[in-house]
Amino acid sequence: MSAVTKTMAVVVKDVKSEIRTRYALNALVMFVVTAVAVILFALRGDTPSTVVLAGMFWVVVFFTGMSGLSRTFVSEEERGTSLTLQLVASPGVVYFGKLLFNVALTLTLILGVTGVYLVAFPGFVIQTPSIFFITLFLGSLGLASAATIIAAIVAKAGSRGTLYPVLSFPVVVVLLMTVMNATVKALDGDPLSSATVDFLVLISYVMVMTAGSYLLFDFVWKD
Amino acid sequence: MTLAVDNISKSFNRRSVLCNISFTVARGESIAVTGKNGSGKSTLLKVLAGLLTPSGGAVHYLVDGEKHQPEDIRTRIGFVSPYLQLYDEFSALENIELISRIRSARIASSDVCERLLASFDLWGRRDDLVRTYSSGMKQKLKYVVALVDDPDILMLDEPSANLDADGIQAVTAILDSAKKRVLVVATNDEREAARCGKRIHLGA
Repeated sequence: MSAVTKTMAVVVKDVKSEIRTRYALNALVMFVVTAVAVILFALRGDTPSTVVLAGMFWVVVFFTGMSGLSRTFVSEEERGTSLTLQLVASPGVVYFGKLLFNVALTLTLILGVTGVYLVAFPGFVIQTPSIFFITLFLGSLGLASAATIIAAIVAKAGSRGTLYPVLSFPVVVVLLMTVMNATVKALDGDPLSSATVDFLVLISYVMVMTAGSYLLFDFVWKD
Repeated sequence: MTLAVDNISKSFNRRSVLCNISFTVARGESIAVTGKNGSGKSTLLKVLAGLLTPSGGAVHYLVDGEKHQPEDIRTRIGFVSPYLQLYDEFSALENIELISRIRSARIASSDVCERLLASFDLWGRRDDLVRTYSSGMKQKLKYVVALVDDPDILMLDEPSANLDADGIQAVTAILDSAKKRVLVVATNDEREAARCGKRIHLGA
């Protein structure tokens, strides 16, 4: 029970810190606005297919996430507080605290991008909401679990900005292909059962990534 | 509680910083770690606190005859150092509360907070954001954060760095009254070192 309390204390700290400093939120909002504006200029009023819309949706989510999710660990390194955190908390507490914060941030990001897409793209119509929102939820978990461990690795490196997307892409490519596939089904109005395999792949991805990251985190976090 | 350091070494790449260091410090005892700049005083304290893994040898804390790794008793370690930073975007009280909650899953007693903040002359600024503090005030707050959970082991790296006369007096009182703790002090100040019962000198 005390581990849960400590983990939640890390989450509360990060949420409060984010609200006050807006380390990640500003980067996320600016990236979404810029990316969607560029896409709108490029389309010149054309209505793209659901495949293209789903692809663009997750491209924006991926690159926006890459610009903001690494901040959880990078900001600790930059402020010199990572050693303080190492001293007072076990690696497991830090990992799950940061993971939960990143899940919350990713869910906020994805819901925000969804809102922007619904307004900006008339062709972005969610015909099977159940597939869409389950995909968003599982996609958030997958993206956050991958982003958390990669952020912890990148935070210790010198060239943080460039290293993060480079390391992330091979790790999340399976996730991106699956969520794009499921999103196309949601936009095309396919039945919920048609996305069962996609959901199973996403659940497996989240479980493997979270378990693997938890085991690896101790080595990444210390020294 | 006894700190037992057994033949530890620490190297960074090929550069050896610590070489075959051994000593023990029991509860109520204190040890001063002295040496030139770059001799490995801070590295030694990080190894003792479990922040760095030694390249060789071992660090144990003996509690009732049982050996514990530094990582296992991190909740019982208080550490004050120039490289351990607090959260600038939070107030002094918020820093104390959140670090205490993360460390021991409980909120620090308000009486203890008040007493410690008052002893370091910070009570009047308790609700101000730490980013508005001077470097000396931040150093004082680190003492409050380190002491608030009444740690069994206290590690001080350059204990009087940035402190004014009142702050140094408060630290001197801590050095003199550490009867119930294991106290490790890394310092180049001869007066601080002289207050410790034991001493280990690190070569550059």
